[in-house]
Amino acid sequence: MSEFFAMNGYGFYVWSAYGVAALALVIEVRALRSRRRAVLEEARLVQPESAALTGAGE
Amino acid sequence: MATSWFKYSSPASFYPLAGKMIPWFAAAAAVLAVAGLVIGLVVAPTDATQSDAYRIIFIHVPAAWMSMFLYVVMAAWSAAALGFNTRLSAMMAQAIAPTGALMTFIALWTGAFWGRPTWGTYWAWDARMTSELILLFLYLGIIALRNAIDEPRRADKACAVLALTGVVNVPIIYFSVYWWNTLHQGSSVSMTRAPSMAAIMLVGMLVMALAGWFYAIAVILARVRTIIVDRERGASWVAALREVRHA
Amino acid sequence: MAATLAIAPERTDTAWPALRWAVARDVKLALRSRAELGVQLLFYVVVASLFPLATTPERSTLTVIGPGVLWVAALLASLLSLPRLFAADHADGTLEQIALSPYPLVALVGGKIVAHWLTTGLPLVVIAPLVGLQYALDEETLSVLAVALLIGTPILSLLGAIGAALTLGLRASGSLLALLILPLYVPVLVFGAGAVDAARTGLGASAHLSLLGAGLLIACVGAPFAAAAAVRIALD
Repeated sequence: MSEFFAMNGYGFYVWSAYGVAALALVIEVRALRSRRRAVLEEARLVQPESAALTGAGE
Repeated sequence: MATSWFKYSSPASFYPLAGKMIPWFAAAAAVLAVAGLVIGLVVAPTDATQSDAYRIIFIHVPAAWMSMFLYVVMAAWSAAALGFNTRLSAMMAQAIAPTGALMTFIALWTGAFWGRPTWGTYWAWDARMTSELILLFLYLGIIALRNAIDEPRRADKACAVLALTGVVNVPIIYFSVYWWNTLHQGSSVSMTRAPSMAAIMLVGMLVMALAGWFYAIAVILARVRTIIVDRERGASWVAALREVRHA
Repeated sequence: MAATLAIAPERTDTAWPALRWAVARDVKLALRSRAELGVQLLFYVVVASLFPLATTPERSTLTVIGPGVLWVAALLASLLSLPRLFAADHADGTLEQIALSPYPLVALVGGKIVAHWLTTGLPLVVIAPLVGLQYALDEETLSVLAVALLIGTPILSLLGAIGAALTLGLRASGSLLALLILPLYVPVLVFGAGAVDAARTGLGASAHLSLLGAGLLIACVGAPFAAAAAVRIALD
């Protein structure tokens, strides 16, 4: 197992590469999720006005 | 048959379709990624010249392919946005840019960490890495232009023009950098030259590339859904969405 | 006759007069603020003079970095002058009038680009070899520099016009313009500076200059249309 992590002495490079790549993807997904939450919240707040303006059948 | 696809060209009808597609692409990406990582980190043999450091190519090469492919796809959606004047095409282009930039960053980072142990330096001005760096600047420029323009339709069209100008220039930029590099290095040491490919290494790269492709589709569809809700905020179909009413 | 003109506002036989009009107007306006043009040239001279101070007065080093420095300074000078292309006309509403006129916008934008080059690029072609003397470059190298800039600076104006139109009226438009345009300038820099360097080392600059010339042709064909489209987008 420790051989796997050591990668024949190149562990630092291999895991820095894989690690940052994984981190970048995780950050992207989380940023997407939090942006979605914020946008949905804003859309909910807009709702009463648009309902008043557009009426029932838009 | 052609007309039935056009009904999805309105944000309102594309939104639920995209929502249904995301879980499938995400699941496919996860499965392929696991398979690819197993091949790349475990199954593929240690290389004779580059030892285990070469395993970085299983991330580096797919990321580089994705970064270029996504730029072309973004340019295609931009062309559609200008040609057909459709909002959704522009929204798709808008959704692609951040993922494309991220793939470019991953390609550059993994390339640097592959270069250090193998060729002794984190950064060498070889043709491919330099072109990849410029590609990152092109992506960031599009994102910066989008952020700088407040009015969404103007931003759509401006970013579309910029993306198309860029896509024409990318081959020219690559050619010029390659020319510059070979003139100054004689027998060009390509920093990103992979070891001679055993079949299993090629399979590993292709599996990871597919995983990256499906991941990108899932993430971009998710982003475009958020963009749609954000830009169509006043519409009654948005107000009626369950996720909006219970936000 | 008047009726036909009304239905077909973009007749091609109005393109050349429109282009000539735009060139004449913009050159006249630029010459009115001669000081501004002088400042831009002075900027070029100052920037190019900074690098020896930042590195070394040693001739062998200076001749090596000289071509690159002289070209990068030209790029920066171009970036500095680009906002002038559309901003003033945009601010007082003239640009809108130009876009609404029956004359082809492509021709009018093309004319503005030509005028921009005549007032910013062409002076550089004259000044740069003189500045290049600071870098201990010989006459043949300096004449190649002039030719390379003669072919390359129009490309800078053409590509720059696209960026200037896209960023019209935006906050921090200067920095944004630089971010958008500099990646596109890279081939011009590579072939332009490469030509001078090839001349310096005696290898012959004809390949570089031919590629630069090809780039100019491509830019002439494509850039005015992209810039005109970008102007319309900015005005809508």
